[in-house]
Amino acid sequence: MNAPVDVLIIGAGASGAAVAWSLAETRMRILCLEQGDWVKPTDYPSNGRDYEARQMGEFHFSPNRRASDVDYPVNEDDSPIKVANFNGVGGGTVLYAGHFPRFHPSDFRVRSLDGVADDWPIDYRTLEPYYAENDRMMGVSGLAGDPAYPPKTPVMPPLPLGRTGMALGRGFNRLGWHWWPSDSTIATQEYGGRAPCINLGQCIGGCAQGAKASTDITYWPEALRAGVMLRTRCRVREITTSESGMASGVIYYDEHGIEQFQPAEVVIVACNGIGTPRLLLNSASSQHPDGLANSSGMVGRNLMFHPYAGVYGRFEAALDGHRGPIDAVWSQQFYETDPSRGFVRGYTFETTRGRGPVQTALIGILSGKLPMGAGHHAAYRGLFDRIAGLVAICEDLPEAHNRVTLDPVLKDSSGIPAPKVTYTLSENSLKMLAHSTARATEVLRAAGAVDVSVTSPLSIGGWHNMGTARMGTDPERSVVNEWGRSHDVKNLFIVDGSIFVTSAGVNPTSTIQALALYVADNIKRRLANLFD
Amino acid sequence: MTPVPIQSAAIDPPLSASQRRSLLAVLGCMIPASDAFEVPGADDPLIVADLLNSLKAQAAALITALDRLDALSGQSFHTLAAEAQPQALDDFRRADMKHFALLVTLCVQCYYRDDRVMRSLGMEARAPFPKGFEVPAGDYDLLDPVRARGPIWRDAPG
Repeated sequence: MNAPVDVLIIGAGASGAAVAWSLAETRMRILCLEQGDWVKPTDYPSNGRDYEARQMGEFHFSPNRRASDVDYPVNEDDSPIKVANFNGVGGGTVLYAGHFPRFHPSDFRVRSLDGVADDWPIDYRTLEPYYAENDRMMGVSGLAGDPAYPPKTPVMPPLPLGRTGMALGRGFNRLGWHWWPSDSTIATQEYGGRAPCINLGQCIGGCAQGAKASTDITYWPEALRAGVMLRTRCRVREITTSESGMASGVIYYDEHGIEQFQPAEVVIVACNGIGTPRLLLNSASSQHPDGLANSSGMVGRNLMFHPYAGVYGRFEAALDGHRGPIDAVWSQQFYETDPSRGFVRGYTFETTRGRGPVQTALIGILSGKLPMGAGHHAAYRGLFDRIAGLVAICEDLPEAHNRVTLDPVLKDSSGIPAPKVTYTLSENSLKMLAHSTARATEVLRAAGAVDVSVTSPLSIGGWHNMGTARMGTDPERSVVNEWGRSHDVKNLFIVDGSIFVTSAGVNPTSTIQALALYVADNIKRRLANLFD
Repeated sequence: MTPVPIQSAAIDPPLSASQRRSLLAVLGCMIPASDAFEVPGADDPLIVADLLNSLKAQAAALITALDRLDALSGQSFHTLAAEAQPQALDDFRRADMKHFALLVTLCVQCYYRDDRVMRSLGMEARAPFPKGFEVPAGDYDLLDPVRARGPIWRDAPG
């Protein structure tokens, strides 16, 4: 049997890394189990000429497409939005774009302000110091003074607007709409041992330059130096419990596929909004027949993605194209609720800077906008480096029928039941998507686009998985309390996006990590009576 | 056209002679050579060799796609008259998008990383890393009207 540890963290991604680093100062014995590997920067696609091909294969953000031995399959047949993730040290931050918006004060009070869903048991001001600490740890570039937010100060200058950002910024100005340089975890100067961005343009395939903050190069080096232990290629099958109902440790398969038991005093789950409910449901026992920490029946329910719409325009003049980080500017003109729009809550526009040469051809041909045959070359040159667009990130409201369950047949390579996602788009989301595509078309035309195309919803856009082990003060309606501890199992904590009460209309990583730091702080402050 | 040395490519399962010829015909039909733009076609020997050498787990799917294309064409695609091939490929797109998309993907992901093609587009024939690219910072004064309109965020009760 493995030596017991004080704290066992499952998952080395965005939240697992943050909570590990924060708890390290306690000098407790802390171990993290991660089912994936470390990724070497020299392995990232942008090191090679086949960089676009590899992003459609082994570095694709769909686990079903990658289908590596460290991935778990997801049955997503009953969902119009497909799950995206990455299993490895750094988790989803390895393949994210680096957008790093915070939630807004209103996002924590949707019931009070708009009469929908539930208020969070915490608020923006509670998280504000953790947002700031996380910005410092991850290294956030941006421009202070964004009128869509309370005051905040990025730690580095903003990313370049570039030709794309300038063109779209002028479009927003013509309509009198808000826009601002994106907050991003892409370093614009030397920062914490990271080199500045050199505009490789391949952020979501992993950053070979190391400019983009993934937690394998931010939190983890510091956590490991502080004594945290990290074991890779260790896939947790279930969390075990003692007769007293407390978590006693986990059963996992090690790098050789050997079943192991790891005892622990405290278990922290950081497996994301799909992996966390999967693990809790797989941890069912005679004491917990419906899954661990699931007396409320809320484990796996209230799954929220962000429904995405993609709207792209072709411009006469060359823009940034394949050069530069995806992140450029965003707009929150339509973020806060306006009842006249016919839906509640709102969305963020984020610009997409351009496409690489292969994606230009592939999307062009498959969409019918680029001919094959003799006319191909001239038409291609009218597209290459001339496409830019916007994605709308729509707030998704929690609905109990949108859920993660265990697939009765599908299993991962260790034989562990895989998750099944059942999800439908709400009427509110459909109205919001329609509004966003109409407004995006307007602004692209105002920016000079001569041909606009719409994809809504983006089926591949399940990057953000939230709400499946929600936070709340009522044990009958939530899985964890207001500081991340399971209502049912008092030494079990959850720190990933599954504890979100609502989704807001922005990328969630900044809030996921701020919450992880907040939960860690609560654990540290309450050590003397943590299980009371 | 120069004979293509694709028999040497390690493909498992291997392509039959007819499938090889149909693949070449598909590639040449999708992206033909152009003197005006000084680019080879996608059926260029180097590009085809790159495609076959990078197939990996997609070899079986490629064979399925070619077989389906042949079936839809009513004969081996490569035996169709040259002027009939574009229409057959377009019919294939409408009938079987999944396998059509595979053929397009395999074609363009190798074609648009070829040195000659990249140079014709004004690109340096290299990987993005380590040299990177230049992107202009831009003019942040464009934000003045946004600043002038003042805050738009909504405060909320604690």
